[in-house]
Amino acid sequence: MSSVPHPPAAGVWAAWRLLGLTRLRRHPIGLVGMAIILATVLTALVGPRVWRIGYADQIARRLTAPSAAHPLGTDTLGRDELSRIIHGAQVSLQVGIVAVLIALALGTAVGVLAGFYRRRVDAVLMRGVDVMFAFPGLVLAILIAGLLGPSRTNAMIAIGIVYAPAFARVVRGATLGILNLPFVEAARSLGARDWWVIRRHIGPNIVAPLVVLTTIYLSTSILSEAALSFLGLGTQPPEPSWGSMLDSSRSHMEQAPWLAIAPGCAIMIVVLGFNFLGDGLRDVLDPQLRDA
Amino acid sequence: MIRFAAGRIALLVPTLVGMSVLIFLMVRILPGDVVDVMFAGDVAASTTSKAAIRKALGLSAPLPVQYLDFARGVVTGNLGQSLTSGEPVAHIISRALPITTELAIVATGLASAVGIPLGVVSSVRPNTWFDLAAHVGGLLGLSLPNFWFATLSLLVTSVFFHWIPPVTWVPFARDPLQNASQVMLPAVAIAVYLLAAVMRMTRTSMLEVLRQDYVRTARAKGARADRVIVHHALRNSLIPVVTVIGFQLGGLMGGAAVVEIIFGLPGMGYTLVQGIYSRDYPVIQAAALLLATVFVVLNLVVDLLYAVLDPRIGLA
Repeated sequence: MSSVPHPPAAGVWAAWRLLGLTRLRRHPIGLVGMAIILATVLTALVGPRVWRIGYADQIARRLTAPSAAHPLGTDTLGRDELSRIIHGAQVSLQVGIVAVLIALALGTAVGVLAGFYRRRVDAVLMRGVDVMFAFPGLVLAILIAGLLGPSRTNAMIAIGIVYAPAFARVVRGATLGILNLPFVEAARSLGARDWWVIRRHIGPNIVAPLVVLTTIYLSTSILSEAALSFLGLGTQPPEPSWGSMLDSSRSHMEQAPWLAIAPGCAIMIVVLGFNFLGDGLRDVLDPQLRDA
Repeated sequence: MIRFAAGRIALLVPTLVGMSVLIFLMVRILPGDVVDVMFAGDVAASTTSKAAIRKALGLSAPLPVQYLDFARGVVTGNLGQSLTSGEPVAHIISRALPITTELAIVATGLASAVGIPLGVVSSVRPNTWFDLAAHVGGLLGLSLPNFWFATLSLLVTSVFFHWIPPVTWVPFARDPLQNASQVMLPAVAIAVYLLAAVMRMTRTSMLEVLRQDYVRTARAKGARADRVIVHHALRNSLIPVVTVIGFQLGGLMGGAAVVEIIFGLPGMGYTLVQGIYSRDYPVIQAAALLLATVFVVLNLVVDLLYAVLDPRIGLA
């Protein structure tokens, strides 16, 4: 099999180049997005070690206004709002990443199988995808999360299932395009097995569209988790989620407006970061859209 | 064109059947059962009484029989009765659907009225401060959670203007002013995302069209700049914009759920979520199927409209 073309050399730098991240340095909005995401990840990882108040500790009077001791005030149970926002970052990132990984795994498997084997496999799998696509995303997520029962795990599963069809469609299209390229035909004529062709040729060549889609759906997943938690179908108390914090702030909006502002800002900034990064990656990875 | 339309409409039937099967199975197979919910906390309830209730609700029949009953009900308009209120589901849906439809239409109108002009201006002044502001503003709009915007708008109106929208729903036909005061804030909250999407799509599409030969020819012939933009470029760049609006309109119908709950509007999303809270299967099935059907039909309309706007699609 040595005459068959190989994918780019492995290594961290090669992986970054493959993901388009090295080319981002010429895209300011993409760089800002990356900075926001890195700051959020850092907050989620290091925040609890720096700000040592527990998210469930009732350490002050209820509904205290922002002060030096509690920069974002306290909530209805006297818990520090900043520590809850920091812990909410962990929850949001975890849900976003796990949900997108579920969508990525399901969607890539379905898309590659449909595109690679075509005919009946394609027809059956893609009709299923069409049916899933026929639902408005949030409605299906509400339905699945609501019927599975309210919990963070179920919210992740629901969001992952809902966004898998989008990945399947993109991967199928990319696979169909790659199958007609000379190096794939060469590999197949040399007797390469299906799995080998998929792993060595299809896989590396569908990375670019998947990277763009992943960043876009990371932001959508974080928004969906916040919406599900807002409805009481996601992360359950006492664990904080930005969505559920926003929901509980509604009953004290006039007395404690800061409770409605902080979690909403947090959601928007993180989602904005992923949208900025997605925009940048789309521009550097898809030259046709660069001038648009 | 007729063959294209017939082909697309024919595809609608298996999609609708597939959707109804998926909803039916999700409601039946996923853990938790309405009878368990009805007897929640009642440890004394016997298996026999639970079985009797399951039989009365038609839940003890084999799944294919249950599905056929459900499908028959959908076709004949008999969607059953709410398990919590006993009210016919068709009544509940007929009350909720106009509210969500009105919200979605007003939101789409607002988003189009603001988003298209902003996208056009951004495209005719590329790489200027206005363009950059529109670009960043568009991404901000896509990142703004509509439920946060809705919460903040209620906060602002109640704290600064000492006003909150009326709680009891008033139809447009009864009192247009009262109705407008109820719909405006939630519609704006829903419109923000669509506005950003429409603006970005208009800008991208306009930039592509403005590079075309016929636009250059029109300019070379001495046509006024505004005429070239509106008559030559905008008309031809609206096709993908219409697609985005159509697809998003369907999504708005379901996506409005959270905003409906914040403003206490008993629309379709609100009804679905209330049905889920109380495991009211007939309501869940009907609301989910209707929202999905509206979404699919709107997508079909967009496809057909696309072929009307660009006859090459119908001929392909």
